Amino acid sequence: MYKIVRKRILNPTVTMMDILAPMVAKKAQAGQFIILRVDEDGERIPLTVAGYDRAAGTVKIIFQIVGGTTMRLNAKEEGEYISDFVGPLGCATKTDGVKKVCIVGGGVGCAIALPVAQRFKELGCEVHSIIGFRNKDLLILEDEFKACSDKLTIMTDDGSYGRQGVVTVPLKEAIEAGEKFDEVITIGPLIMMKFVVATTKPYNIPTTVSMNPIMIDGTGMCGGCRLTVGGQTKFACVDGPDFNGFEVDFDEAMSRASAYAEFEQRERDKCCNLFKKEVK
Amino acid sequence: MAINPKKNEMPVQEAKERARNFKEVALGYTPEIAVAEANRCLNCKNKPCVNGCPVNIQIPDFITKVKEGDFEGAYQVISQSSSLPAVCGRVCPQETQCESKCTLGIKFEPVGIGRLERFVADWHNQNNHGDIELPAPNGHKVAVVGSGPSGLTCAGDLAKKGYKVTVFEALHLAGGVLVYGIPEFRLPKTIVQKEVETLKKYGVDVETNVVVGKTITIDELFEDGYEAVFVGSGAGLPRFMGIPGESLKGVYSANEFLTRSNLMKAYKDDSQTPILRGKNVAVVGGGNVAMDAARTALRLGADNVYIVYRRSMDELPARKEEVEHAQEEGIKFEILRNPVELIGYNNPDNKRDPKNGSVIGMKVIKCELGEPDEKGRRRPVEVPGSEYVIDVDCVIMSIGTSPNPLIKNTTAGLEVNRHGGIIVEEETGKTSKEGVYAGGDAVTGAATVILAMGAGKTAAKAIDEYLSKKKTK
Repeated sequence: MYKIVRKRILNPTVTMMDILAPMVAKKAQAGQFIILRVDEDGERIPLTVAGYDRAAGTVKIIFQIVGGTTMRLNAKEEGEYISDFVGPLGCATKTDGVKKVCIVGGGVGCAIALPVAQRFKELGCEVHSIIGFRNKDLLILEDEFKACSDKLTIMTDDGSYGRQGVVTVPLKEAIEAGEKFDEVITIGPLIMMKFVVATTKPYNIPTTVSMNPIMIDGTGMCGGCRLTVGGQTKFACVDGPDFNGFEVDFDEAMSRASAYAEFEQRERDKCCNLFKKEVK
Repeated sequence: MAINPKKNEMPVQEAKERARNFKEVALGYTPEIAVAEANRCLNCKNKPCVNGCPVNIQIPDFITKVKEGDFEGAYQVISQSSSLPAVCGRVCPQETQCESKCTLGIKFEPVGIGRLERFVADWHNQNNHGDIELPAPNGHKVAVVGSGPSGLTCAGDLAKKGYKVTVFEALHLAGGVLVYGIPEFRLPKTIVQKEVETLKKYGVDVETNVVVGKTITIDELFEDGYEAVFVGSGAGLPRFMGIPGESLKGVYSANEFLTRSNLMKAYKDDSQTPILRGKNVAVVGGGNVAMDAARTALRLGADNVYIVYRRSMDELPARKEEVEHAQEEGIKFEILRNPVELIGYNNPDNKRDPKNGSVIGMKVIKCELGEPDEKGRRRPVEVPGSEYVIDVDCVIMSIGTSPNPLIKNTTAGLEVNRHGGIIVEEETGKTSKEGVYAGGDAVTGAATVILAMGAGKTAAKAIDEYLSKKKTK
């Protein structure tokens, strides 16, 4: 059992937790992920590491409440326990040879982008961050991004905070204004990452994407997380989750991500009812 | 008394009935049938059956105990050689091992050794709750990576010699392929848990949720005071054919399909883990895993389940009993067929149609058997122009696995072969790295439970010798 030592509501749909898991905390690096189960008979879900405290033995996770499992997780409070927490899995984000980087995060993906930005800052890189949200209420981690970015641009779809528009607009502007990024790293919805890649490709700026496909074991056994990268089958759990964005088949990844849409909707409805009852 | 030329049949659930439930197919011998079957054993002097067993169970000795009605005595004989008798009695390919060597088998059907082993183990589990005699601790720590058949066997043998053994398991539940791979209807999970509990009684610690190679490395295990490490991390990534359409929705590897159903219990209606319940399911491959996947799909409610295999019935690598059970249940064997393409649904008028990208067909080509290959199996040769499409809404690829790269990538000095399997000395399981032993699918690639157990046993013996020598130095 793994203790929830801290819980913070970041916005109505996104929650942050610090989980006591010393063995994972000792090894975790930016870009890696963990797999957890909330309770016995629960589903295994992957979440990317959003931070760690090696001394305290805790690993930070930030999750969006999207389905049955994340609803069950969100119903847990500080001091309570979850059944399973395993990791760190996957490969850490590569940082070699990068002096100037642009981090592009979207929605809850910003939670994963943050430790990557922090890592580059630690290494002395110049970090530009562009983070996008649907609206002001969904904005998360603004202060944290400010602290580790030489330049921070916040975008909202409706213009309720920062600039109005999508993240690719300021990215393109920066590139055209002559900013020479050694690398662009993007983490967020598949469709956003697809467009970020489409933006950087004409300028041939190396672009890394962080993939978060459906997974079960996360250790290289089931093959459920397979993607087509450069025409070859790759497994996000052991080969990734970071991949060369120019080579990823995003359309296929988006199709595969929808495999259980109907089931997820049912689970969500079931859980909504369940927790409504409990709240009363 | 004349010898019954045929094995005593084992009662099974009726095929039509069992094809729709996940309860165990075979029901096991009654004591009366067991004694009758034991009496078929000639108790011949040279005991060829013992050599046919990868862990060398003293088969005639335990059968003699069964004849006498001393079932617990029979169990004691088996448990000297095997840590998992209730498992082996169910999943071993006896027809190519012990039973293939049986003297009675020259003229008649061989003795039903597997059925007797299963009976004895089940009898013990039901009737004996006696305390275990714990060996005196010898003060030495050994780490075992993976809690599948090879790891459990190695851990059990070492614990019985007084070693302090810790088993590290990547998943949330111990048992490896016995819990994620082999379905409930062939090997009930309570049996696996019972075997794991027995090991714990011997003082074995099982740490779940630890991925060796990620959470901790082999070198760190040595730093933590473990003096030897056994790697039984199992087979790894599933292979795919490399044909168009393998990324369509509804296309699974057998590992994923079975893990969802077995480990994650997706076969239960209230499971939190989803699984596609296809109506027309094609399973590609002819091994035990393919049979398991096909029979699982049937139990999940499929109308038609096809085994698509490129050779003929004679070459199917699966256990005979599994093929027979599958046939009885109505699995259709599309033999001498090879898939060339998976066809997906695409609604040109609605890009948001949720069915888009789902598999709807499998194009196969007919094959004929040609010349034997290097293994002596006749090679399938495609017949040009013979392609046709089978309507399917679910495809399960069961064509083998490649070794998991996690341990190899994080362990300096551990040599692997060109397929990625860990290289070991066959007689000992010793790897190229001092103090590290390995066995099971991590070494051989996908093979059987009993071969993995044999390798775990061999390594346990070698580890004991290695550490005994080290002690006296």
